[in-house]
This record gives sequence, C-alpha cells and structure tokens, in this order.
Amino acid sequence: MPTSNLLGGSVIRSEDLQAQFVEEIVKAGGEKIRLCFQCGTCTGSCPSGRRTAFKTRQLIAKSLLGLRDEVLHDTNLWTCTSCYTCTERCPRGIDVTNLIFIIRNIAVKSGIILDRHKVALGYLIKTGHLVPITDNYTKLRKELGLEEVPSTTHKHSEALKEFQQLVSKLEFDKLAAGGEDRK
Amino acid sequence: MSDYALFLGCVIPNRYPGIEAAMRKIAPILGITLYEMDGASCCPAPGVTRSFDSQTWLTLAARNICIAEAIGKNVLTMCNGCYASLKDANIILKNDSAKREAVNKVLSEVGRSFRGSIDVKHIVEVLYNEVGLEKIKSIAKRRLNLKAAVHYGCHILKPSELREWKSHERPTFLDELVTALGLESVDYQDKMMCCGAGGGVRSGVPEVGLDMTREKLRNITRTGADVIVNCCPLCHLQFDRGQVEIEQNLGENFGVPVLHYLQLLGICTGLTLDEVGAKAHNVSLETLASKI
Repeated sequence: MPTSNLLGGSVIRSEDLQAQFVEEIVKAGGEKIRLCFQCGTCTGSCPSGRRTAFKTRQLIAKSLLGLRDEVLHDTNLWTCTSCYTCTERCPRGIDVTNLIFIIRNIAVKSGIILDRHKVALGYLIKTGHLVPITDNYTKLRKELGLEEVPSTTHKHSEALKEFQQLVSKLEFDKLAAGGEDRK
Repeated sequence: MSDYALFLGCVIPNRYPGIEAAMRKIAPILGITLYEMDGASCCPAPGVTRSFDSQTWLTLAARNICIAEAIGKNVLTMCNGCYASLKDANIILKNDSAKREAVNKVLSEVGRSFRGSIDVKHIVEVLYNEVGLEKIKSIAKRRLNLKAAVHYGCHILKPSELREWKSHERPTFLDELVTALGLESVDYQDKMMCCGAGGGVRSGVPEVGLDMTREKLRNITRTGADVIVNCCPLCHLQFDRGQVEIEQNLGENFGVPVLHYLQLLGICTGLTLDEVGAKAHNVSLETLASKI
C-alpha cells in the first residue's frame, strides 16, 4: 500500500506494482482500458463520485499502473450503481461500467466481498431469489387475487434444485462465501 | 406480438405484488396473453451477480431465457434490472459463440440449451412501441389531475448500444406514456440521475445509495410533484422504502407517493388503490385518493 509523504500525497513504491494486473483485466474482456487518456469524463459523470471518494479515472489509472491490492481492497469499488453514464460518455469508447464489473469479478475471485453482499447472495443461493418472499407478502398476494406463492423457484422445488445445481457447478456458492483475503 | 412469457423477477412478486396484479388485469384489455414462466429464478440481478461473477450471471440468465424458449414466446419484464440481465445476456449469447458454448456446456448438466430463438421486451417498450399512445388514451377511463415526476431508471435506457431508444440523455417515451393519461410531467434537476439502488449499492453500501435518493427527492419535491412514476421495481423500492430509511437515518421527510407505471395505468383503467397493492407501500398512497 502507498504511504503518505510530508505533503499529504502518496508515494507509490515499485514493490507495490503488479504489472500483470492489467493483463488480468484485458484477459477478462477489458482490453479497451489501455485506450484511457485520463480525461475524467467518467469521474465527472459519476453520481457516486459526487458523494464518495470513488473516482473512476483514478481507478483506471491505478489499474494501469498495477496497484492491484489497493484497487481490489478499496471499498469504494462497490459504490458504482452501474448507471452506465460513464460508458455512454467516454470519448475513447471504453465500456467503463463493464470494466468496473471485471475488476469486481477479480476482487471476488480473490476472496474480497462485502459481508452485506454475502448475506444477499445467501438468499439467492438458498431460494433462487435475491429478494425472497415472506409471509406478509404471500398474504397480500392472496388478497390481490394472485397465486399465494409465485410460480418461480419459490413454488417449484425441482426448479430450485436445478438452479442450485448450476450454482454449485459454477462454484458460485464458494465465491459468494468470500475468502481469507477479504476486508 | 401480443403473446408473452411473463418474467416476474423478485421485487415485484415478493415486495410489490400490486404491480403484478395490475399487469395481469390490464393485459386482457390490451389484448396481451401472458404465459407463466414456471420455475424461473431471479434474473439474476446485474449488480449483485454480474458484478461478482459474470459467468454465473450469464448462465443463470440463460436458464431463465430457456424457460421462455420452451414456451416459444418472447419474454416480457416489468423491471429494468430483469430487462438488463435478460436482454443483455440474450444479445451476448446470440452473438458470441464462444460464450454461448461455455454456457450451454454448463446448462447441459440440467438438460437445457440456449437456442437464441426469442427476444426480451420491457412492458414500457411494448406499451409505447406496440400498443401505442392512442390505445393507452382510449382505455383510460379516468384522467388524473396530478403532477408527476417521471423517473426512467438507468437500465431501460443503457447501455444504449443494446437499446433501441432515440435518446438516453433526453428520452421522452415514459413522459409521453404518463401525459397520455392526463398527468403533467414536471421537469426537475438531474432527472436522468440514477435512484441509487443499482450495482449492488442498495445491498452493499446503502448509505451511499440513500444519499443519492435524497438528492433526487429534494429535486423532485421542489417542483411540487404529487407522485413519482417509475418503470422499475428496484427504483420503486428505493424511492418508496428509501423515504422511510432516509427519515430514520438522515432525519429528512419527503412524503411523496411512488407508483410503477403499471399501477398508474391500472388506476386510470378503473382499479382501486388497494387493487394495485397500496398496502405494500411505505409512503401512503392516500394523498392520491382525493385527486382520483
């Protein structure tokens, strides 16, 4: 991790750079990252960047430099709402939102995942729904003349088994549990 | 054209079932026949699955598409998030043979295969492009004298490369659908800004999402809007339950009721507030009752 110098800036040490990081990103489909000329349109368009320390341009610069650990461990990585404004406005035609997804995918593969996201993914894997039904809503569904339990994995146990079989084949259950490396 | 496989998703059936009820009651009036996608799952959500493992996202989305392919009907979604997952995955899988093969290899474990035989539509797309404004006007029995703050949400518009709208920065289709029902659509600052819920922000860093929602609510209430009209249940949840969360955590109260377009259309065709699921709302719809 970079350390602060007397002027409050940070010193980037060569031992912190992992040049293969950008290769990882390119391999996952993010080859256009190399086209970035640091204009900052992404940061200027970002609704999360307006209110947090999330700076998209900086994320790209750090990724290109190879500051892998710093990029992957920065909680601000999870403040992108995937609104695609940066993607739409990038003058270099970089799909910035997808780049953020790619970097998040690498973080998750490295075992870095927020505890709150682990809870949400737990619901998905257990029920097939990120937002599962509760008794209050089965009651309301009935009042509205709908099937009490929607005809999804909630109602069809064999469909839920099939869904879970795919999740386990993809080892998504293991990924969703996070790893030692997480913050 | 008028037969669809209805994709329910999570938030509509499990949190705002009144949107589903409105859809099912309006469909016959519009001449739309709906088929059930038995055994479908979460789309799965773009933010909370694609962000984490794009291969899992693509495969589970493909499984849902396969269910509609077996019915032989195009998918109809009522949610921008489901639309983003299923439409984007469908396009990727139709065009990228390597990704399709990788997904089909996993799907073969459960005896399924993505064929690329159908399309994915959002209900607002169907209402605007296929049903048309004239038909919408003709089925509305009530004209509501309300000022509406229209919120599109991001994924019905973007990525624009995979969408067919004329503009993603200054779209008008949802405003046109709203004004066709007699409401006024008010302009407001940063109208096209995200609600704050997507990308896994609502589940992962909710304080950031709510700060964004509060900014939108401040801009909306400044116009004197009576109601927020959206076409995405996650935006809907973020605005409706979000107002309670903002009051609890940030001490600011707005009290603006929130309606999905299908609920608004349902009310205009004669459904009561209870029939479009008023009970599920955190911000009471009662203030609307006197104006209907």
